[in-house]
Amino acid sequence: MARMKFICDAERCIECNGCVTACKAEHEVPWGVNRRRVVTLNDGLPGERSISVACMHCSDAPCMAVCPVDCFYRTDEGVVLHDKDTCIGCGYCSYACPFGAPQFPTNGNFGLRGKMDKCTFCAGGPEANGSAAEYEKYGRNRLSEGKLPACAEMCSTKALLGGDGDVVADIFRSRVLNRGKGSEVWGWGTAYGKPTQGKQPTVQPTEGKKS
Amino acid sequence: MRRGASAVSALVVALALAACGEKAQTVASGSEKKADVPGWQPGNSVYLAPGWTPGDRTSWEAQLRTRAQAQNDFAVPTK
Repeated sequence: MARMKFICDAERCIECNGCVTACKAEHEVPWGVNRRRVVTLNDGLPGERSISVACMHCSDAPCMAVCPVDCFYRTDEGVVLHDKDTCIGCGYCSYACPFGAPQFPTNGNFGLRGKMDKCTFCAGGPEANGSAAEYEKYGRNRLSEGKLPACAEMCSTKALLGGDGDVVADIFRSRVLNRGKGSEVWGWGTAYGKPTQGKQPTVQPTEGKKS
Repeated sequence: MRRGASAVSALVVALALAACGEKAQTVASGSEKKADVPGWQPGNSVYLAPGWTPGDRTSWEAQLRTRAQAQNDFAVPTK
């Protein structure tokens, strides 16, 4: 199996934060921790874009490289997970991650900096799949239920794609080829149809026609 | 008197040397990684998605590929 990946389509994301809400609800993520968040570039300006960001489950994950207690591991599907029983909450992974994915709760075992929490691609942790212990520490394990991450599956505009990297890349590619680029994506043609899409009317208007 | 003093000194020595104790720092001391169960073995979850056979890796992978197509606006419907 190829690696599990997320792709966020900036042309489609409408900054509704539905993915963030779905993640928080699905895993009962505590206050102060956002496994996923929506980042908006050029907010309020023409051409602003939003993308949904979480752990990207890197193939060569810098968090894994810097962790002093080696609490990270990668599943056969390429999902980067960690063991909260091993984590010491040092924060090195947070400094190393280019996406700001590692989150630290503001209360818990280590006071102001608790054990790290991050997106699990809805794949839980090292505890038994679907167990109460796994849910309490890492949230739902949707992958083992034959489902994909909640954030991607409930995205209303299908901006956030999640799943097998090859499959989501194919979906994204076919989408881009269909919608075109630049003004072909958003503009007059999108709203009212492109000139090439319209057909010539079969009945010519007779009004005003001189006989 | 002397016996009491020697008992106290033995206790002091025992406590002092206790600080020299050190946990073994080998991998087998409990710090080894836990083995995670593969995703295609769902345990006893009651929220399984229909359409695949729990415990069958091929079936699970096919299920995830099929489910991913729900995100595809341009998917060709299969009959």
